[in-house]
Amino acid sequence: MRERPLLALALPLLLLAAWAWATSAGGVKVYQLASPADVARELGALAASGLLWKNVAASVERVAFGFAIASAVAIVLGTSVGLSRRTEAALDPTLQALRAVPSLAWVPLLLLWLGIGETAKITLIAIGAFFPIYVNLVAGIRGVDRKLIEVARVLGVRGFDLARRVVVPAALPSLLVGARIGLTQAWLFLVAAELLASTRGLGFMLTEGQQISRTDEILTAILLLALCGKLSESGMRALEKRLLRWTDGLPA
Amino acid sequence: MTHAVAVEKLGKRFGEKPLFEEFDLAVDRGETVAILGASGCGKSTLLRCIAGLVRPDAGRVNVDGEIGLVFQEPRLMPWLTLEKNVAFAARSGVERARVVETIRLVGLEHAAHLLPKELSGGMAQRAALARSLVRSPKILLLDEPLSALDALLRLELQGAIAQIVRDTSATALLVTHDVDEALYLADRIVVLDGSPARAALELTVPAAKRRSRRADVTAERIELLAALGVGEARAAPARSGLRLAT
Repeated sequence: MRERPLLALALPLLLLAAWAWATSAGGVKVYQLASPADVARELGALAASGLLWKNVAASVERVAFGFAIASAVAIVLGTSVGLSRRTEAALDPTLQALRAVPSLAWVPLLLLWLGIGETAKITLIAIGAFFPIYVNLVAGIRGVDRKLIEVARVLGVRGFDLARRVVVPAALPSLLVGARIGLTQAWLFLVAAELLASTRGLGFMLTEGQQISRTDEILTAILLLALCGKLSESGMRALEKRLLRWTDGLPA
Repeated sequence: MTHAVAVEKLGKRFGEKPLFEEFDLAVDRGETVAILGASGCGKSTLLRCIAGLVRPDAGRVNVDGEIGLVFQEPRLMPWLTLEKNVAFAARSGVERARVVETIRLVGLEHAAHLLPKELSGGMAQRAALARSLVRSPKILLLDEPLSALDALLRLELQGAIAQIVRDTSATALLVTHDVDEALYLADRIVVLDGSPARAALELTVPAAKRRSRRADVTAERIELLAALGVGEARAAPARSGLRLAT
């Protein structure tokens, strides 16, 4: 894709042109779809008033906290389950059952328990981001080359040292793949959380735009979400590239 | 005198197949013994029992001193540079200080900063050898360490191993299916055969013929091949493989 940036840009430009035509000559009403110029104007106005930064910052902060909590819990649980059959027997069936619950089903319970504040939102994001990280890490640890573990055993490396020096580094590619998927999930659940109840954030812009029939605000929020998602994904890929120079090929 | 390695009445089954029953083996201090046998005869299992990687079903294994083990594959940690891979075996400051010297010993000082994926097969196996040497082992266990390498590289590394064993005055136990390799490196060769495995032949390489490619070992070679059940070699002693040995 990187070698053909022009080709990759063709479709978005075509869509943009079609959008501009539809809202000017095509007769689509502004309460159905705002024009690109409206969206640009709205973006400018939001930036000038400081609301843009406030909403983006609120969302980024929630994603960051939720994702950080999910990563920490997933690394602790994933490593213990991956390393010990006993822990696996004790924890994994329960976690797999919880994983089968569509994460949005937790929303009513979270609202009842935690109210409509930040805690409920961050918890929901953390739940969404947790499972991809956990599942990939456990699979990665299971897939660690037994021959490398044997080398360590011959050298008397056991227990925590074995995890730290062999198992976790060897499972790092899987962990990072899981983290990348988990981060995407975090953005997904952020929108779900902010749609429900919030006074700021990109999801709030979506609901507000809907309530006051401002399609330019909705489209601006969508645009910003796309940008944030893309940036965090690129960040994760850069991290993978940096940490995984030793692999034969980068994982897809 | 106590032996560096002593295996007494070893019993080991692999599923239904008895690999060893009442098997004995003793290696003297400073001696290099080659275990020669066809694939599946149990020679690798024997080495793994001695290394403590496989628990014997019966009998005793005594090893007197630090062990260094080299596998058929290099088994380097792919995320560590060559130097850090060698340092992986170091436990103390003294051993860590020995890392650079050990890398030099195997002739890889120019490649210390490279990742395993950047090493050739021969370099990677030299690095694995260096890792096994960091603890100054008294006993080197070599599990077909060269069988994944091409013929020329194998000869080169045989020379390196011979020199390292001499320089460190280690005891070495080499498992191989390469008759010429055994003849070149070993003081004594044990041919394993049968199920359970028995020593079909025990051959001491005459002192004058050890670690030399010039010495004429045709007679020993024919004897070993016969014990391995490869009789035809007797009729065609001038095959290319033989030229390597003489």
